[in-house]
Amino acid sequence: MNSISTDICIIGAGPVGLFAVFEAGLLKLRCHVVDALPQVGGQLSEIYPKKPIYDIPGFPDILAGDLVRNLMRQIEPFHPTFTLGERVERFAKLEDGSFQLYTTDGTEIMCKAIAIAGGLGSFEPRKPAIESLESYESGKGVYYMVRDPETFRDQRLVIAGGGDSALDWTIFLADVAKEVTLVHRGTTFRGAADSAEKVKALHEAGRARLVLSSNVTHVHGNGKLNAVTITANDGTAETLDVDSFIPLFGLTPKLGPIEDWGLELEDNAVKVDTVDYSTSVPGIFAIGDINTYPGKLKLILCGFHEAALMCQGAFKYINPDKKYVLKYTTVNGVPTL
Amino acid sequence: MTDEVRVYVEEPTGQRTEVVGPTDMGLNLMELLKASGYDIQATCGGMALCGTCHIEVLGGPELDEPGDDEMAMLESLPILSPGSRLSCQLRITERLDGLILRLMPQTA
Ligand SMILES: Cc1cc2nc3c(=O)[nH]c(=O)nc-3n(C[C@H](O)[C@H](O)[C@H](O)COP(=O)(O)OP(=O)(O)OC[C@H]3O[C@@H](n4cnc5c(N)ncnc54)[C@H](O)[C@@H]3O)c2cc1C
Ligand code: FES
Repeated sequence: MNSISTDICIIGAGPVGLFAVFEAGLLKLRCHVVDALPQVGGQLSEIYPKKPIYDIPGFPDILAGDLVRNLMRQIEPFHPTFTLGERVERFAKLEDGSFQLYTTDGTEIMCKAIAIAGGLGSFEPRKPAIESLESYESGKGVYYMVRDPETFRDQRLVIAGGGDSALDWTIFLADVAKEVTLVHRGTTFRGAADSAEKVKALHEAGRARLVLSSNVTHVHGNGKLNAVTITANDGTAETLDVDSFIPLFGLTPKLGPIEDWGLELEDNAVKVDTVDYSTSVPGIFAIGDINTYPGKLKLILCGFHEAALMCQGAFKYINPDKKYVLKYTTVNGVPTL
Repeated sequence: MTDEVRVYVEEPTGQRTEVVGPTDMGLNLMELLKASGYDIQATCGGMALCGTCHIEVLGGPELDEPGDDEMAMLESLPILSPGSRLSCQLRITERLDGLILRLMPQTA
């Protein structure tokens, strides 16, 4: 089992979780960040990476993807560590006031304080309505994300979907897998036009197969997936032997496990004290879109402010006997960890 | 000219509930459904970017064809029916009067 030890565990690598790393770093607190998504940036990376944001102070406009890149650069001096592609599932509070967290994949994180920056919840894959699909999850042939392309080396794959991920992974895995078939229900693609062109070129060159106006309708196997049935919109069907099926229909946020952590909630959000964004459980803080308090605004700017105050609270929780003195970065620069 | 339209939401029980919306406030159907207490996530706030306001039109007046952004988003969802629409892309105008719809599940 993978075990990590840190000062603050930040749940959620959205803009607010990332900025919290910076604020914690100024107080010389180390952070480990966990996100259910395989990449950082939360809503900015998942929903609107190419949209400009106009209300970040000092940036008349900035693309969401660029803001995430800048935040990653800003936290570099503090060397945060990341567990991506895993959802935090449960926690235990230990006698000394510290915490033990567990992810879906069994990663254990020991930390002195928790900052939940979970936004709208963890982004979970949208699953197609195929009977018994779920029995092939967890390494038995159905994957909703590509975390390690090597998993698919020399395999026969069927990918389904019409967005950027389906196109990009078809292109990438064409070089890794033995056979790749991309099944898309429509005839046009939502993803980038040049990626669609590349997939068409791979199809013409016989290096990947493109099946349009069709859906994967059935999965077959015995304990492990071994075939899928593809049904065309005109009703004709073919069954294809495969090792893995990768449905990529995007992700949708779900509040998920945090709902059952015994924290005081209101309208699906975690209630906090605005002095330091502490929750009803001492040592657990909540910042960004996931929290609620009178006057709450779900804006990046507000989440940044919350991150700064939260770190003061976490510092006091971790170091009850130390006094914190505010230092300007203009005077002291950015310390390193 | 009417300043109110009536749409009918088919509940999971099969029962239909009438929802009345004003035509003079520039609302879209997602906003009307949300304001009427329906549990629609509408993560992107109506930008055709998230698909969480997906509905199925079951009957009523003929609607304009979906635009490119709406069509592209719909095509990327795992569950699609011939009546699938993004409710945030349907403006509340008198042409919507009598629409019958149901909310689509987010995941299977
Ligand atoms: C289309 C659109 C446009 C927007 N435009 C603006 C704008 O112009 N200006 C503005 O200020 N705001 C805007 N917003 C709102 C802004 O995106 C949010 O306020 C911001 O993303 C909140 O950041 P966050 O870090 O709190 O959460 P998120 O960005 O939602 O990130 C939360 C992260 O936590 C992860 N997570 C949750 N639970 C778990 C768990 N149990 N385990 C592991 N990971 C977990 C999720 O996977 C996610 O990546 C916009 C939002 C949308 C959808
Ligand atoms: S609200 Fe996001 S697509 Fe309609």
